[in-house]
Amino acid sequence: MLEKLRNLRRSEPQTTGDPFVDALRAALGPDQVRYDGAHRSLLSHDASVFDGGNSGPVCYPTSTADVQTIVRLANDHGRNVVPRGAGTGLAGGAIPLGLPVVVAVTRMDRILEVDPVNRVAWVEPGVVNLDLTRHLTPMGFHFAPDPSSQQVCTIAGNVANNSGGPHCLAYGVTNAHVVALEVVLPSGDVAMLGGLEPEPQGLDLRGAFVGSEGTLGVITKVAVRITRNRPAVRTLLLSFGSVRDAANTVSDVIAAGIVPAAMEVMDQPITRAVENYVGAGYPLDAAAVLLAEVDGLAAGVDIDADRIGEIGRANNATDVRLAGSETERALLWKGRKTAFGAIAQIAPDYYLHDTVVPRSALADVLTEIYAIADRHDVLVMNVFHAGDGNLHPLLIFDGREEGMMERVHAAGAEIITASLDAGGVLSGEHGIGVEKQQFMERMFTDDDLDHQNRLRQAFDPGCRTNPGKVIPSGHSCADIQALRSIPREVWV
Amino acid sequence: MTATLATSDPVLLDFAEEVGDTGPVAVEGGRTRWSLGGSPAEGTRLVRAPTGLVDYAPDEMTVTVRAGTTVAELHAALAEKGQRTALTDRGGTVGGALAVGENDLRALGRGLVRNSLLQIRYVSAEGRIISSGGPTVKNVSGFDLPRLMVGSLGTLGLLAEAIIRTNPIPPVSQWLAAGDADPFAAYDRLLAPSAVLWDGASTWIQLEGHGQDVADQQRLLDDIGHFTEVPASEVGEGPDPCPVALPDHRWSLAPGELASLERGELGRFVAVIGLGLVFADRPQPVRPLSPEVAEVSGRLKQNFDPTGRLNPGRDPGRK
Ligand SMILES: Cc1cc2nc3c(=O)[nH]c(=O)nc-3n(C[C@H](O)[C@H](O)[C@H](O)COP(=O)(O)OP(=O)(O)OC[C@H]3O[C@@H](n4cnc5c(N)ncnc54)[C@H](O)[C@@H]3O)c2cc1C
Repeated sequence: MLEKLRNLRRSEPQTTGDPFVDALRAALGPDQVRYDGAHRSLLSHDASVFDGGNSGPVCYPTSTADVQTIVRLANDHGRNVVPRGAGTGLAGGAIPLGLPVVVAVTRMDRILEVDPVNRVAWVEPGVVNLDLTRHLTPMGFHFAPDPSSQQVCTIAGNVANNSGGPHCLAYGVTNAHVVALEVVLPSGDVAMLGGLEPEPQGLDLRGAFVGSEGTLGVITKVAVRITRNRPAVRTLLLSFGSVRDAANTVSDVIAAGIVPAAMEVMDQPITRAVENYVGAGYPLDAAAVLLAEVDGLAAGVDIDADRIGEIGRANNATDVRLAGSETERALLWKGRKTAFGAIAQIAPDYYLHDTVVPRSALADVLTEIYAIADRHDVLVMNVFHAGDGNLHPLLIFDGREEGMMERVHAAGAEIITASLDAGGVLSGEHGIGVEKQQFMERMFTDDDLDHQNRLRQAFDPGCRTNPGKVIPSGHSCADIQALRSIPREVWV
Repeated sequence: MTATLATSDPVLLDFAEEVGDTGPVAVEGGRTRWSLGGSPAEGTRLVRAPTGLVDYAPDEMTVTVRAGTTVAELHAALAEKGQRTALTDRGGTVGGALAVGENDLRALGRGLVRNSLLQIRYVSAEGRIISSGGPTVKNVSGFDLPRLMVGSLGTLGLLAEAIIRTNPIPPVSQWLAAGDADPFAAYDRLLAPSAVLWDGASTWIQLEGHGQDVADQQRLLDDIGHFTEVPASEVGEGPDPCPVALPDHRWSLAPGELASLERGELGRFVAVIGLGLVFADRPQPVRPLSPEVAEVSGRLKQNFDPTGRLNPGRDPGRK
């Protein structure tokens, strides 16, 4: 008992010796500033496979004014600021570099107003994605972006990463659903970006902020577009004897001028894992399944569902099943959305990649990805947002195995190259963070990167907010080497 | 080593050379919105953006087009494959439409311009071609310069080429009109009308989709007003095709503000319910930017165009 008390005291000393931390404690409530090693260690990571960074104090603001206080104190003390939501990011965006203050917005979690006339909801940044949709459902609305992590990830994280989800095929990713943002700028000033009107005056700072991965300031309030629930939905499960047939079906559906609400493909290994995990009724013998959903008005969804079935059969579908009830539909989606949970049951580590290719290149790039994984002797499974060409090769491994991480990263680099070679891009929804910084020069020229940095510095001239992310060394305003060189064990 | 987005298109490289790196310069498009946000300062050299459809992939629902191409020409090519874009055809160019960023009055049905731009190439103040975004329909690789360019009036870079999302033209499109309907009730009743227009007395609605759905939606309006179908011949052609003549000036308001529109302030008006766009006899007063937004915007201009040579005299904050 005594030992425990002593430990507690050791982890939360009255004065820390760090004047910045003391100033934060004096300005905010005592439970809003955490400085114990365990806490800082926990928040040095996100959900990515990357080494943690080094966190300074962790703050839990409950208001815009709190965030402003934190940012101003950080400026006074020459310290960096890293905004953070639920920490489910997969590209290392929330990993703190250079002992910054981590501003975790999870306690700012109120839905402030639902405004059906303007078709928006005003929310605090820490509202959990699914909580918002649950709140809106009885009113006949939902928040369209539905990342698979929606049970935990925050609206601010969605905005910062411009996140997508299965149902973003027809409705668009987060950017299309954010009309206004209140942010605390790196200067400490509060600004409202965008507005409820269709063409707000001036440059589209809102648009520039969405997807900036926490580098342009801290989001403190968001006006999100709310979407009417659709009266009719048809969900189809198509089974195929090859991944190529499934991929070709996807591309043919788009070519036929149909824009389904969602088109998701899973290959056999992941389908089996999912089926064992949730028992959703997926076939165990299909080489690939396509989960396609159309929604809207009754007549149109029937026509589109029929045509998708026909296109599937023309591409050798072995089975076309229409979900017969809402329960069946929900179960199929549950299976798709818990795919990563299913993997966690069978392997100690996974690395989820995220690239996009033209839809017509899906089949060839997938073939290439299986070959790459084979060459590096890493297990790969594919579960992806096929409708918009967004690949998610999932590398599965045991990180304790000698030389395994090297192989995993080598395979990942080749997957990225294969995607770019096919006319694709580095990331569809996870972002660049620290994960793909070194690949940015493969996609962009020096001039292109220089212009991205000009945008960043217009918001953050001092390069204080989430420094060392997105833009690679040599083009970045931050000295990434120096940010990284503080050993993780040293807490100053 | 994988090729970057860098362009080797000689037409674009020539354009960059023509823009050069000194002296005030502006792009002349269709001059349909020439004075928006201010006219180019005296002595500004005028250049024309390159023209031509570079690549149209109907089965990807994307099109690559040079900025000087007219929207009409682009849409004619897309219509052959049953597709369209969110851009509106007011007689101008694709680059002009993007730089101005004005939406079609049927934007509820075809999307906002700012969401339709996938990749942009522009000539920088230093006379270099900058590429941003990407060719795929989904992409979060790096900072989002395409979003910043929409509505920038060419003050940060001169648009040279764009990749734009296309979407299918629905099988049926029908305008309805009623003199006795509450447009707000109609908007709430319908799932996804493409346009709901109101001039303070009459209401016009565009429904698009599969024939049966359009008919079903139309029936939902039975207790809201006596709607009649407007024959296609009465819809009018040219800019903003709709069954009502539009006043000259555009206002941009929160949709919630439309219920309290007064003729006194606007003159005759036609409001787009649900969107917030209003066409009116009188111009909308300039709404000043907040000091914080003005400061960041000013730094953007300074960082992208340190000598102020791109479209001098124009200010997106005074649109
Ligand atoms: C199992 C699993 C499934 C996933 N599925 C999907 C998917 O389907 N689609 C998808 O797009 N992503 C997916 N992701 C990735 C991740 O969930 C999303 O990127 C999510 O939006 C991140 O939200 P978060 O609250 O966890 O943010 P964090 O991880 O905490 O932060 C992400 C980024 O946002 C910034 N940020 C956070 N809060 C703020 C703020 N207040 N102001 C400014 N910047 C801020 C951070 O600095 C960081 O750069 C998945 C992740 C997991 C683990």
